[in-house]
Amino acid sequence: MQALTREVLLDRAKALFADGTVDRAYGWKRGEFDYDVTPGLFRSVEEMEKEFVFDDFCGANFSKYLVEETRKGEGKILVFLKPCDTYSFNQLLTEHRFDREKVYAVGIPCEGMADVTKLKAEAAEGIRSITAEKEGFVVHTLYDGDKTVPRTEGLSERCLVCKSKKHVAYDELLGEDGEVADSARFDEVARLEAMNADERFAFWQRELSRCIRCNACRDVCPACTCETCVFNNPNSGVESKAPVTSFEEQMFHIIRAFHVAGRCTDCGECSRVCPQHIPLHLLNRKFIKDINAFYGEYQAGAEVGSRAPLVNYTTADLEPGEAVQRGNEHA
Amino acid sequence: MQRIGVFVCWCGSNIAGTVDVEAVSEALKKEPGVVFSTNYQYMCSQAGQDIIKNAIAEHKLSGIVVCSCSPRMHETTFRKTAAAAGLNPYMVEIANIREQCSWVHKDKLTGTEKAIILGRTAIAKVNLNAPLTPGESPVTKRALVIGGGIAGIQTALDIADAGFEVDIVEKQPTIGGKMAQLDKTFPTLDCAACILTPKMVDVAQHEKIRIFSYSEVESVSGFVGNFTVNIKKKARYVKEDVCTGCGLCTEKCPQKNVPNEFNLGMDNRRAIYIPFAQAVPKVATIDPRYCTMLKTGKCGVCSKVCTAGAIDYKAKDEYIEEKYGAIVVATGYNPISMEKFDEFAYSQSKDVITSLEFERLTNAAGPTAGVLLRPSDHKHPKTIVFVQCVGSRCSGAEKGKEYCSKICCMYTAKHAMLTRDKYPDTDVYVFYIDVRTPGKAFDEFYRRAVEEYGVHYIKGMVGKVSPQGDKLMVQASDLLANKQLHIEADLVVLAAAIEPDASARPLATMLTASMDTNDFFTEAHPKLRPVESPTAGVFLSGTCQGPKDIPETVSQAGAAAAKVIGLLAKDKLTGNPCVAHSNELMCNGCSSCERVCPYGAITYEDKEFRMPDRTTRMRRVAKVNEAVCQGCGACTVACPSGAMDLKGFASAQIMAEVDAICK
Repeated sequence: MQALTREVLLDRAKALFADGTVDRAYGWKRGEFDYDVTPGLFRSVEEMEKEFVFDDFCGANFSKYLVEETRKGEGKILVFLKPCDTYSFNQLLTEHRFDREKVYAVGIPCEGMADVTKLKAEAAEGIRSITAEKEGFVVHTLYDGDKTVPRTEGLSERCLVCKSKKHVAYDELLGEDGEVADSARFDEVARLEAMNADERFAFWQRELSRCIRCNACRDVCPACTCETCVFNNPNSGVESKAPVTSFEEQMFHIIRAFHVAGRCTDCGECSRVCPQHIPLHLLNRKFIKDINAFYGEYQAGAEVGSRAPLVNYTTADLEPGEAVQRGNEHA
Repeated sequence: MQRIGVFVCWCGSNIAGTVDVEAVSEALKKEPGVVFSTNYQYMCSQAGQDIIKNAIAEHKLSGIVVCSCSPRMHETTFRKTAAAAGLNPYMVEIANIREQCSWVHKDKLTGTEKAIILGRTAIAKVNLNAPLTPGESPVTKRALVIGGGIAGIQTALDIADAGFEVDIVEKQPTIGGKMAQLDKTFPTLDCAACILTPKMVDVAQHEKIRIFSYSEVESVSGFVGNFTVNIKKKARYVKEDVCTGCGLCTEKCPQKNVPNEFNLGMDNRRAIYIPFAQAVPKVATIDPRYCTMLKTGKCGVCSKVCTAGAIDYKAKDEYIEEKYGAIVVATGYNPISMEKFDEFAYSQSKDVITSLEFERLTNAAGPTAGVLLRPSDHKHPKTIVFVQCVGSRCSGAEKGKEYCSKICCMYTAKHAMLTRDKYPDTDVYVFYIDVRTPGKAFDEFYRRAVEEYGVHYIKGMVGKVSPQGDKLMVQASDLLANKQLHIEADLVVLAAAIEPDASARPLATMLTASMDTNDFFTEAHPKLRPVESPTAGVFLSGTCQGPKDIPETVSQAGAAAAKVIGLLAKDKLTGNPCVAHSNELMCNGCSSCERVCPYGAITYEDKEFRMPDRTTRMRRVAKVNEAVCQGCGACTVACPSGAMDLKGFASAQIMAEVDAICK
């Protein structure tokens, strides 16, 4: 259950449309099923009244959409940002990827979002709807009646280890602001680090071999906003869709993790959208964990204009040899 | 497609000994783009260069590959050769088949195979080379000398005498450095102050030299010919231009118990002080760590007695930004800490001292007014033991240094000789590993100590010094007589190893100048470019580069000055055309490159782009100032979109090289 209802958000949106503050709004839109919420751009109050939703299935992070949309038209865009979304928002501002003046950001509290895949696994077929109730998520099925899943089991992994309920960017805040959490998000990385090299290779081989190179992870990633992606650029020599060899299939994700290293805010969108359920966020988290260990705690997007450790130099930086040595200790 | 010529050099037998040069030139003939391939005994010779020039004309070559020594040796030679034949010099690539091939392989088959691969790699790169034209940048005709010891002083004087402006930054309140603390100098035994202070005065009076004393370098940006340096002038709480140096304040200050650094803490000075009589500038400085006025706001004695009104308790650190064409590092040395050498009881007895402390004990301006007295009870020591190599030549270097500190043999001979000369009733022992005296009139000097002055030189090391009553029991081995010695000494003098000043490491980082593992600055070439750092425009003077005595320091200081003068005499410097450039179509304008650029060469502009659907779009894109870019390539790896690339070292070229190696 979210702290704020759809109506509270909708009323605020209506007022912002009415006083001319914004002429477009990014919000979550009803899909084919009520748990199939998709991101949507609304151009009027009427459209919002018809299709805007806000419930426990609104995982999508709108920050990236602002890169393209702010280049269109003169008016401001309303965007609803959950605490984790605000980090992506700031990171994109740090990279000068959109014009802050063209956005009206409304921060909204978040109680965690559902992992639809986990909930759908409750019934092989005939799911009518899924609702978030006080006692947990209730899966309403045609043949087996209602099934209740405790909230802690139905939430997505990134929400279970939520790193922050604090908004780091907004023009106005609806509801209460939270605090940066003491998250256990690196536990899974530590488990992988504890494996020996062969086990770890087998783990990633198993996960990455399922990749179908649909590029959904790249398309949704707020750190992936290059004007011309190397994988779309015929001149790059690596433009290709489907993986030709297992080597490519592994390298694609590892290269992408390097590409977003130091800029990834750990929003977890890559894993949310992966149709093959590959835990891609773990690659990024490994980088974040190492950056923290090597250069001191750093959270991308915590503030605008921060100098990320990987594009900065201080005399306190560790020597490359030390990094290699620590890497070898984990090998 | 390029028309490439390949020229394989034998380098006499240097290459041809382990590489089948004929096979290499034959194999490389078949590579894509190659239209001509040959080999010759000495490609760098006039005849070899003529082969290249003729081939360029005859075969209409558009690029050449020379398989020879390291590009550090002859890249410039072959670029000039190409230019003379009308080919753009940046269409030349060197395959290093000497240092990286023939010299490291013994087996001719392996060597030949690798030489072919290296040649193929260079061919792959030159296939993607494009002609480049270097730009020019102006030269700021002013030099900065960091450190005001004898090295800095000599360098500054030589540069200034050639007519260029020089600034000296010295972190102490006065220039003079270590030499000012010395008593006599070997091998001529003239008084250090008598030969140093005239030079200090010359510096002070020179119209081209400015001294920033009690100052430190805060930051350095820019590049050869165009450095911008931020200098922090620490607050000395005395107006430099008002203080007359009368010294009244230093006599009246009630805070009397401040350890005097100049005498290495063997006596005290006041909280307001002038380091020594001949200090330059002769200006008082308040030590904020001890001044009661600065700490509690109650006192003000110095201000009351100062007739010139020079005291300013409210003074703040000042920052000065200045531009320089060249920077000379002259940061000097310090004796190492004796902490780890407690077998010599340095911390247990006041009568175990370092050689530099011995200098002060024998100096007329020292704590004992030049009379050799023991620090503990002010008695004349009758038996003195000198211990050589304390912390020098330590194998493994777990507590000392692996290198020889170079000056200790000579100054110990000097100390021993002077002691015997002044106090003939004193027994003087010197324990040594070896006596090293390679220098003009050095060995004669040492022989005199032994033969004329009767100093007991004993080959062997002191194992332990233990204080017993007012004596120091010295246990040592005499290696030549093969016996243990027990000497009852009154004074033990340790020849402490010297190490670079602690300020050198952070300074090297600011200057992007390289250092060795001992924190000595590295020279561009140990034999052929000994006073230049590998970083263009940064020069080395004195012990910051390695242990040196005064004559060597002064000659190196002059050499560094000559190099600086050579640089400052130029009006323009030819730049390096291998600079970064941004592909605007791919640039995200994210500022990553700007953040990593050490030279501030990248700016951003909003630019209009036509889109495929015929609309236009304003985008922020990176722009490289080619005159400022030094081609380090940091931006190319920081760029997330791959828009940044380096001319002459494009990612595509490097990938082609890697592919060629892996083929």
